Amino acid sequence: MLYNEAGQFSTSYAGERRLFRLRQDRYALALLLAFAFVAVPLVGNDYWFSAILIPFLVLSLAGLGLNLLTGYAGQLSLGSAAFMAVGAFAAYNFGLRLPGLPLLASLFLGGVTAALVAVVFGLPSLRIKGFYLIVSTLAAQFFVSWALTKFGWFSNDNASGVISAPPLTIFGADFSTPVGRYLLTLGVVAALFWLGKNLVRSELGRNWMAVRDMDTAASVIGIPLLKTKLLAFALSGFFLGIAGSLWAFTYLGTVEPHGFDLNRSFQVLFIIILGGLGSILGNFLGAAFMVLFPLLLSNLAGLLPVGLVDPAQLENLQKFIFGALIIVFLIQEPEGLARLWQRCRERARLWPLRY
Amino acid sequence: MEFFFEVLLGGLLAGVMYSLVAIGFVLIYKASGVFNFAQGSMVLFAALTFVSLHERGMPFWLAFAVTLAAMVVIALLVERFVLRPLVNRSPITLFMATLGLSYMIEGAAQALWGAQVHGLELGISDEPLALGGVLLSQFDLFAAGTAAVLVTALSLLFSKTRIGLSLRAVADDPLAALAVGIRLQRIWAVVWAVAGFVGLVAGLLWGARLGVQFSLSLVVLKALPVLIIGGFSSMGGAIVGGLIIGAFEKLAEIYLGPVIGGGLENWFPYVLALLFLLVRPAGLFGERAIERV
Amino acid sequence: MFKPTFARRLVLALSLSAAAFAAQAEPEQYFPLQSYRVGPYAAGGTGFFGGFIDYLQYVNANGGVNGVKLTWSECETEYVVEKGVECYERLKKGLNGAPAAATNPLSVGIAYATLDRSTADKLPLITINHGRTDSTDGSVFPYAFPLQLNPYSEVSAIVNYIGKQAGGLDKLKGQKIVTLYHGSPYGKETIPVLDLLAKKYGFTVEHVEVPHPGNEQQSQWLSIRRDKPDWVILRGWGVMNPVALKTAQKVGFPANRIIGNIWSNSEDDAAPAGAAAKGFISITTHPSGTQFPVLQGIKKTVVDAGKGNLADPKRFGSVYYNLGVVNGILNVEAVRIAQEKFGKKPLTGEQVRWGFENLKLDDARLKALGAVGLVQPLKLSCADHEGGGAVRFQQWDGQKWSVISDWVQADRALLRPIIEESARKYAKEKGITPRDCAKEG
Repeated sequence: MLYNEAGQFSTSYAGERRLFRLRQDRYALALLLAFAFVAVPLVGNDYWFSAILIPFLVLSLAGLGLNLLTGYAGQLSLGSAAFMAVGAFAAYNFGLRLPGLPLLASLFLGGVTAALVAVVFGLPSLRIKGFYLIVSTLAAQFFVSWALTKFGWFSNDNASGVISAPPLTIFGADFSTPVGRYLLTLGVVAALFWLGKNLVRSELGRNWMAVRDMDTAASVIGIPLLKTKLLAFALSGFFLGIAGSLWAFTYLGTVEPHGFDLNRSFQVLFIIILGGLGSILGNFLGAAFMVLFPLLLSNLAGLLPVGLVDPAQLENLQKFIFGALIIVFLIQEPEGLARLWQRCRERARLWPLRY
Repeated sequence: MEFFFEVLLGGLLAGVMYSLVAIGFVLIYKASGVFNFAQGSMVLFAALTFVSLHERGMPFWLAFAVTLAAMVVIALLVERFVLRPLVNRSPITLFMATLGLSYMIEGAAQALWGAQVHGLELGISDEPLALGGVLLSQFDLFAAGTAAVLVTALSLLFSKTRIGLSLRAVADDPLAALAVGIRLQRIWAVVWAVAGFVGLVAGLLWGARLGVQFSLSLVVLKALPVLIIGGFSSMGGAIVGGLIIGAFEKLAEIYLGPVIGGGLENWFPYVLALLFLLVRPAGLFGERAIERV
Repeated sequence: MFKPTFARRLVLALSLSAAAFAAQAEPEQYFPLQSYRVGPYAAGGTGFFGGFIDYLQYVNANGGVNGVKLTWSECETEYVVEKGVECYERLKKGLNGAPAAATNPLSVGIAYATLDRSTADKLPLITINHGRTDSTDGSVFPYAFPLQLNPYSEVSAIVNYIGKQAGGLDKLKGQKIVTLYHGSPYGKETIPVLDLLAKKYGFTVEHVEVPHPGNEQQSQWLSIRRDKPDWVILRGWGVMNPVALKTAQKVGFPANRIIGNIWSNSEDDAAPAGAAAKGFISITTHPSGTQFPVLQGIKKTVVDAGKGNLADPKRFGSVYYNLGVVNGILNVEAVRIAQEKFGKKPLTGEQVRWGFENLKLDDARLKALGAVGLVQPLKLSCADHEGGGAVRFQQWDGQKWSVISDWVQADRALLRPIIEESARKYAKEKGITPRDCAKEG
């Protein structure tokens, strides 16, 4: 009833191709953006910004990066954290060694560097298929970790090998308060998601999906495999690189190479599996789950009388439940949370009718 | 020159330790097509259970038997609640399920037995043996011997027993095996139990080397390149892959290390595996997938 | 009709709760605990936080700090940086009105990530026996405190001890020392200082890296055996320590020529190596053992009353447990000293910071605390956030650690200029104006 499509016709080709065809969808998006950009900064507090919203946004962006590579192009990758690390350290070095370089430009250049590194480690994908491809990205994961720790140049010869965020100023405005960091992250993430959504709707995106489904058939009908696969790696690396820089600059403030280890790669992979492979919205849902679920569990535990459950046992229990939830999800909803959302939407379009 | 042989032999023996873990993977992959990332946590669970029981006063063989029973129970539970509902899904889904499983097993292991570090003594003193000027570790030789016995036993199991024959049938073509009347669920439970046993042996040997603690589950990261070189579905490949990885890893650390910087043991095996794959995309002994359009 | 009753009920409820709140306003000082009790480093975490909490309970049992009771809450970080940050943000505001005194994350990664936040939130960040070396210079790092020992002092003290064994620092010329370090920023932190000391005293130093986590060290120890050094300094962490000792035995390198640093010095590092660890030497800022009066007091009032925090009571008196007790002593003493200036009430982080900077523990005070021999004499100031820099050496005999030396002091005069230069560089990079310590009280 509310979600009625009746009476909404497109009268031009552009109208036919637009992203959100329903007026309700467009209104909903506008409301959501207004809420995120205007309302949340007014009502939120430090804890929500610093510990929940910013990691949620950054992890969604990382999920998008990996989703382009694994969900859309079908190339399994376990090296996402390495590309994030490359982006973070590259952005730091560009900002450090080119004085006067604007913050956004160093983020962009960090992403480009990560893209180039991703292409190098993506070259084997032309010869190796399926599960064996994880070896290439795992090699990237460990090699990048090693290189960033070994060569002090990357961290400006800091004795501890950590990099710290540069002053976060854009056109003179200071973004280093929690609200400022939140807005900076939100802006970058929103822009990149817009870019990503359009990428997957384009010819390149369709080529990726063809390669994912059956690359032999794709090459038979004339899709250039080399270019398609390498572009998948490059763009995925770009998104992951910017996500890594945001992780280092706006979320933690400092980062050492160890913060981008294999566990981080697994975390990003979980996000896209839970959220839905081959979906844009799924990245947000998966990241929200990842960030909020442990907090929910520990806050629930906080409500229990003190001393009832030993805090260590609680943590083990949380791990156990988390693993069990992943399995349950994979059994019940293999296409992830995005599919759940999709079904809700479809029901809503018919409501109050059932079918 | 002696030093080179020392490093080489030490590397080969270390590689055998990696193969021990890899064999567990191979077993499960052969029979159910699942890349079981939870093998590392199974090794940890087995080692922790054994050492905690042993410390509480149980004699060695009884603790071994009880732990084995526990691994069999885990195998049955996994087959019933993880593998059966996920039958016929894509390999990546199964891989993610085993990842979730590894979290569960790790959490359970620590919840049951605590987070303390335990020493594990198997009664083999580790004084080095000098053989013609080259130093060899007694413990590593013992581990290599155990691995040889294990592989022989498993090969005999596969070729001479009924269960082994069924396992090979399932590995070859599950649908045909079903058609012939082989109970897939039972086979999977058996395979996971055997993999649990292999994990227990590996856990004991690695635990004696490192002490039984949480990092034990990280040995799986060393087993991956072994599998990739040897092929996911070949036990002989796991041994050969282990030897290659072990030897080259140590030699690279000693001879390549001073040139490009030390500490390359983490990534060198993976780069080596990558180079192997470029030449043989399915590993040395793995099966080449035939693609049809 | 409906509304007035509802409004009346609401007012009644609110006033009751306000009354309850007012009645509850007991003065309490809060310690947020970013603890880790699971994961690969859980052994250290459970010991340290067990000791810390037990000491806080002991203080409470003796009337608190001038009547102000201590309260705390734990938040599991699993030694993961972003969890530590999330715990920090959640707990920094205090608990039920009790203000937070200081944070004690016992993790280099979390310390780095919360350093800027601590300065912005004016909450002292205590990194006992570790941390960012240049945070010793309090003029640039007003809220970071590497109490007792920073990494540079560690290696300097070890070199001094080696020199003493050789018969004098001048006899070090021509000796060969190998550092086996963990492949992480923590492990690499002391490389420049070792090179400097090597140049000064004429010994050769070689740095050998063990990639994280350190399960396999065969090639490293084979090359050590080939080079035949006089001493090996072990900068390990977690599983790297027992593996190092076992692999050393495998290649025949004597354990009594290996000196472990402050994070290779616990029972959990030596015991899993079994017989291979016999003779292993390590440094410690505090001995293990239960004979100290303060530990006896804790045993009587806390542990025997069944309120001990340790899951395994055998670990009472172990190295990590005692570190937690020492940490508790220092934290509470800082609060006490700050209360003398600011009043006997719950204090803010800024006031507790003043307390830390004026922390002074001499023999008389240590005797009153019951910690003579457990804690070294300390004197902190605005410019010096470390305050001590001395260690003792202990040796593992297969069952426990026994102290084998007296206090060995690090060469702090040599290290100070390096620390200050590094701090200045940080200040310039961040745009911080250093405080003028001469002016502050």
